[in-house]
This record gives sequence, C-alpha cells and structure tokens, in this order.
Amino acid sequence: MVDVVISGIGQSAVGRKVDRSGIAMTVDAVLAALADAGLDRKDIDGLSTYPGKMNGNLAHFSPVGTHELIEALKLKLDWYNAGGEGGAQQAAFLNAVAAIKAGYARHVIVFRTLKEGSGSMYWQQAAGATVQRQRMGDRFEYLLPFDALTTINHVAMSMQRHFHLYGTTRRQLGAISVNARANAAINPEAVFRDPFTIDDYLNAKMISTPMCLLDCDVPTDASTAFILSSAEAARDLKSVPINIEAMAGALWSAASWDQTDMPHMGAHDAAKQLWSRTDLKPKDVDVAELYDGFSFLTLTWLEALGFCGIGEGGAFVEGGQRIARDGELPLNTHGGQLSAGRTHGFGFVREAVIQLRREGGNRQVPGDPEVAVTSAGGGPQGGCMLLTRR
Amino acid sequence: MSDTYQRTLPILTDDNRHFWQGGKDGHLLLLRCQDCLHWVHVPQPRCTNCLSEALKPEPVSGKAEVETFTINVKAWGKGMKVPYTIAVVALPEQPGLRVTTNIVDVDPEKVYIGMPVEVQFEQDDDVWLPMFAPVAG
Repeated sequence: MVDVVISGIGQSAVGRKVDRSGIAMTVDAVLAALADAGLDRKDIDGLSTYPGKMNGNLAHFSPVGTHELIEALKLKLDWYNAGGEGGAQQAAFLNAVAAIKAGYARHVIVFRTLKEGSGSMYWQQAAGATVQRQRMGDRFEYLLPFDALTTINHVAMSMQRHFHLYGTTRRQLGAISVNARANAAINPEAVFRDPFTIDDYLNAKMISTPMCLLDCDVPTDASTAFILSSAEAARDLKSVPINIEAMAGALWSAASWDQTDMPHMGAHDAAKQLWSRTDLKPKDVDVAELYDGFSFLTLTWLEALGFCGIGEGGAFVEGGQRIARDGELPLNTHGGQLSAGRTHGFGFVREAVIQLRREGGNRQVPGDPEVAVTSAGGGPQGGCMLLTRR
Repeated sequence: MSDTYQRTLPILTDDNRHFWQGGKDGHLLLLRCQDCLHWVHVPQPRCTNCLSEALKPEPVSGKAEVETFTINVKAWGKGMKVPYTIAVVALPEQPGLRVTTNIVDVDPEKVYIGMPVEVQFEQDDDVWLPMFAPVAG
C-alpha cells in the first residue's frame, strides 16, 4: 500500500481523427478529471506526463508536455516532471506516486495525449525517404538499416520465438483480439465496434509474420487524465478513491529490443517486482486491464503476472471463455487499444478505475470487483499497477 | 534524388565504423575486450563485463544461427520491396551475442528458428551491411 489514491479520471473525445488540437483535448481530459474528483485547478500542486512534448517526426506521438498545460490552465506547481524512459507509460504514475510520497505534492495531474490518428509516425517518414537518404546515429542504427522499421517487427520476432518454444498458435492468440472487439461492441466510446470471429482473425492481412493486422492496436487522437492524491488529502473528496496497492517498473534485463532472451521482456521484471510489494496474489485479481499495443504483449503480461505459467498463455486464452467479461479473469473490458483505441497505457488505468467503482454500465464485470491489475509497455519497458477499492 | 526506396543508414563515427565498414574486407568486426576477452555488441565505451577500456574490433567467424525472425509483408514506404526477412541471429562466439540482420538468398518461407547461416555483405553507399544467408550445401 503506497497511501496514494486515484481520485479523479477524465478523457477527451477519442477517435481516429478528432478535430481539436492536442492541448484542447488535454484540457478537456484534465477538466473532466478535476470535476470527477471534485477539485479545482487551484488545488493542483503537481503534474506528471509521459513522455513530454515531442517535436519533428514524433510530434504526433506526444504533442503536449507539462509547459503547455501549465500555461493553458495557469497552474502553480510545486513539482512537475515528464519523461519517456522508465516503467513504460506507467512511469508517469510511478513518478507522481514518488513525488506524493516524498511530500513534494498532494494532488498531481497525470496525463497522456496523442494525435497519432491524425499524424504519421517516425518510421513512416523514414520509409518515405525516397528523395533524400536518411542517416541516424542512436541505438536504433543497429535496427533500421535492416528495415526493421517498426515496433511491429520486433514484437513479431518475440512472438515467433514464443510460438517456437511453446507451440503457441495464432488461433490461440487471436482470442485476445476477438475478446477485445466483443467488449468494444458494448462500449460506445470505442473506436472499432463491429465484432469479428476467430476465423476473421485467421484470415486477416498479414503484416509481419506471425503478426496480422488484428494483432495491432488502433492509432487515435486521445487524451486521458488522472488526479493522483495522497490518501490523506483525498479523504474529503467526492469521488470513490481507488487505492494504489502496489506498482512496479523494474528492468533487470536488456534495455534493448534485440539484445535480450526473447520472448523475455521488461514486463516479466516489472510483474515479478509487483507481487513482491503486496500480500495479494494473482488469484485475488477480479479484473485485468493489460497492455495490448499488440495482442502478444497482453499474452506476455498474462504470463509475466502469473495468471498462467510462462509459455502457457496460448492455452490460457484459447477460445476466449476464461478472459470474457463473465469469465474467471475478465480482460480489457473496454475493448483495449486493439478496439477502443490507442490511449497508450492510460486507458487501461481508467478502465480499471471504472470497473472498481462499478461504473462500467453494460460492460461492468459481474460481482463486486475489488482488485484490478493494469499494465503498460512491451519490449524493454514495462510498468504495472495493482489497484484496489478501499 | 531517387525514385526507389533507400534504407536508413547509420551515421558513421569512430565508435561504429568497424561494424559498418568491416565488410569491405569481408570481416564482421565486433568489439572485444583485450583484458577479459568478452565480446561487446552493440558498441559501448567500456567492456560490459569487466569495465576495461581496452576494447578493440576483432573479426568473428561469421557463422550464426537464426534465433528468431519475421517475414515483413507490408511495404512501409513507396518502392519498398516486400516480403523481406528480418532476423536476430545468435553468434557462436558467446552466449547472448546477437545481431539484428536480414536473411537473404533464400525463400523467406524456408527460414526457420535454428537455421545455420553465415555472414555476407551488401554495400550501400559507404556502409557494408552484414546480411546472413543459409550456409551453402
């Protein structure tokens, strides 16, 4: 227990293209989170985001950083921070919790804004370099010259290794995508809502073997915001506080996509660390909101978090009954990034809070969920959080 | 100015030139610690095993085994030729010594994990890209 709670959640309109600027969407999300918590912007003394404002080729990946939001809302902050290196997208939460625990802030806005539906990615621009040769000089110089241009290629290679070592099949893995779409079908906020079957999945366009189009999430324009508060400061707030029971962002393996014992990822390190910081066990988890930038990453998180053994993820999800809304481990109940849209790790935390507050409406999982696990990231970065209703 | 797709190439520096230009003489050169004999790839300022600064490029055998691979089917840019095979290959010189590469001179459908391959070089501008092909015979 870290004595920090999630006291407010908010989200902008989410879509393939939203006709609003990144900062306007961010303000929408933050004002919604403040209203949800019952706080005024004057109460806010901290701000945390992932990864901070980016420019050039990456502008659409993160159009808004701390300075833009501080100016837009005239915030007066005792502590603020942005960064893209840490426990994946959840690094912004880890940093906010650390700041609250250190006494640097009491009420911290945590947000993530993307305009990827509207804009192109760095690799699209690299691939479009037909008029002028591109040269690069960071650690990706050992990957891009071999036209390993996107994360898709790296995750596909990890997936291939998993298939080889454990006999995992596309039919098994596809259950994660089918399940996400079934959940999105009853979520009016989701971007893609038409259900598909496992056969549709098996017939989907191949992108980079064994990964097909339906293994990949949907780039969107979106902003998601939270208020994290010290438990003591949240005592009088109007919202139901959701406790951060434990969080983790360890990296004990390589900080690299290819210099690692695939299919091992940072997720395994963070997940192991998570359970070392709580008395709760995987069997205590009522609902799982696990990162699905690619469906295979969800499989990785299921194994890493101990819901099944390493290598057993395919059999665990096969057929989809176990991970359905009424199954033993309801998974990605809003439709995940695969179908609800790429809110880049943040949408999973929001959905976990919604489920624990029992505000899920027609997608609310049965029973009274008290424990949720969320995660973000893949490859060399992973972060995860265990949330409980106090 | 070109109408055809051009791969991204590295910016050559004193730290990486051995890797990208060793192929000019037919060698795949990786940094090796002269004190503890540990191989270091990708290049680092000191030996990652013993922290010695005595790192020097040395040729490896050029033999390797496909550790994993993917056949990239989608063309990401105009003029890209697909499919092509990206792989991470394991070098026998040291456990965990790996290089990302393309597997060439073989039908992508014939590539498998564990396949023995060996290095060959493809020159592009001032860079000799280490590619791997199935061992002949």
